[in-house]
Amino acid sequence: MSGIFNFQQVINSIQLGSIYALIAIGYTLVYGIVKLVNFAHGDFYMLGAYVAYFTAMFEISRKDQPNVIIILLISMSTGALVAFLSNRIAYRPLRYKPRLSALITAIGVSLFLEYTSSAMPFIGPSFRPFPDVIQTKQFHIGGAVLTNYQIINVAIAVTLMVVLTYIIKYTRVGMAMRASSQDKDALKLMGVNLEKIIDFTFIIGGSLAGAAGLLAGITYPRINPYMGIIPGLKAFIAAVLGGIGNVTGAMLGAFIIGFAETFGYAINSVIGEGIAYAILIIVLIFLPQGLLGKKTGEKV
Amino acid sequence: MLKVNDLEVSYGAIKALKGITFEVKSGEIVTLIGANGAGKSTTLRTISGLLKAKRGQIFYKGDEITNREPNEIVAMGIVQIPEGRRTFPDLTVRENLELGAWTIKSRKVINDKLEGVYELFPRLKERRGQLAGTLSGGEQQMLAVGRALMAEANLVLLDEPSMGLAPVLVDEIFEVIERINKEGRTILLVEQNAEMALQIANYAYVLEVGNIVFEGEAKTVAQDPKIKAAYLGA
Ligand SMILES: Nc1ncnc2c1ncn2[C@@H]1O[C@H](COP(=O)(O)OP(=O)(O)O)[C@@H](O)[C@H]1O
Ligand SMILES: [Mg+2]
Repeated sequence: MSGIFNFQQVINSIQLGSIYALIAIGYTLVYGIVKLVNFAHGDFYMLGAYVAYFTAMFEISRKDQPNVIIILLISMSTGALVAFLSNRIAYRPLRYKPRLSALITAIGVSLFLEYTSSAMPFIGPSFRPFPDVIQTKQFHIGGAVLTNYQIINVAIAVTLMVVLTYIIKYTRVGMAMRASSQDKDALKLMGVNLEKIIDFTFIIGGSLAGAAGLLAGITYPRINPYMGIIPGLKAFIAAVLGGIGNVTGAMLGAFIIGFAETFGYAINSVIGEGIAYAILIIVLIFLPQGLLGKKTGEKV
Repeated sequence: MLKVNDLEVSYGAIKALKGITFEVKSGEIVTLIGANGAGKSTTLRTISGLLKAKRGQIFYKGDEITNREPNEIVAMGIVQIPEGRRTFPDLTVRENLELGAWTIKSRKVINDKLEGVYELFPRLKERRGQLAGTLSGGEQQMLAVGRALMAEANLVLLDEPSMGLAPVLVDEIFEVIERINKEGRTILLVEQNAEMALQIANYAYVLEVGNIVFEGEAKTVAQDPKIKAAYLGA
């Protein structure tokens, strides 16, 4: 296989898309229920990467073989905790206040997490190389190279997405999450404590962002406190492209962005990615509600 | 069972309830009738905890529940079927019913209740996998009633169940209300359709722009010349 449209690009696209997808899900879940664009969401991902880094370094310093699953759980817990606290401290007091205040607060939380992290002596503003948590292995398939890191990355991401889909589709709390984006007062009349559902939504979104942080750390092995900004923005775009509020849409949008970016770059490294995003703008002009979003105004 | 004392509720500067007092006795069907904008929904929404009272108290089985959170109130056994059904359109019929049983933890109890609702409304059973948004108005009202029956409730608040339904369906819904009542639930029924409501109720209150202006046994209220002229089109 040769040329631009080769298997290597497909592998890279899926891997990049799976990281965007984990981040995009949090954006879309939170937006679906509280109509907030949580701009701090990319920073939950960044903190997930740092905690993964410290955990890996600690394990390596004890001459242990780092355990990816343990690091993953710690990253996810960190993302979940920071998301939960952001909601409780910053967003909840503004719940029934003008939308713009909450949005500005989200930007505030984001900048706070970034600057505070970079001011911490043990984090610092500069890039850190992410350690090898396992020995790299390469597999050659046709002309493409697939690493064990990419396999782990995609396997973890897909597993998490399957678990999430199961929670949302088949559990009671998942049902309540879906119902809450349709009619909050009616949900309260069922005896549901809405704030608990919102807490849970932030926890789920934060944990997936934390997981994405680890995956980014192991596959693009340089981290810094501002690493969440661009992927966060792109994941947000993915969520809007897929139809904000729709989880399947967020995943779909994320993979489309992963592919568009990777192939755009392969076609022309100077303006390829720019063109990929221009295409997205055009898609949204014709499908303003996103690919799987609900048309507004069709309700009777 | 339910006592409302001097209840005042406002939306900003608009006073929707100006100090109303009424009572719902255990086992009865009590109706609150009144024209559009009288404050009927406001009354039910405040009992359920969706709105905060400015003044006055609400007691349920002797406990004060004024300004408690909606989830606590449902857990105490008060369930509301809101105006306009308010089923979850993108959830299936079955999922809507399951959410109605949110406060119940036992899977077995939930399944039994589900069977009970399907027995009462075989139509819902047929359509259990269908999205609620695709149901007809009458079916949605059945779903809204069924969903409320999934809860462990002793007091059912109904907000204009007849609204927007064809006459046959109105009859059907009122039969269901009577049946629910006979099975042991107390009912507070809010209606603009005074004629139907007075036929099945034991006691009635008449609400006019935030004040209760008339009350009595439902039969007596139905015979009152003033009420007849204003609400019964006679
Ligand atoms: N969300 C709201 N904001 C402002 N005013 C409201 C709101 N809901 C109801 N009202 C006003 O409160 C009064 C009572 O309304 P409501 O309780 O809905 O009446 P009913 O159910 O008897 O038709 C009306 O004057 C209505 O305009
Ligand atoms: Mg009303």
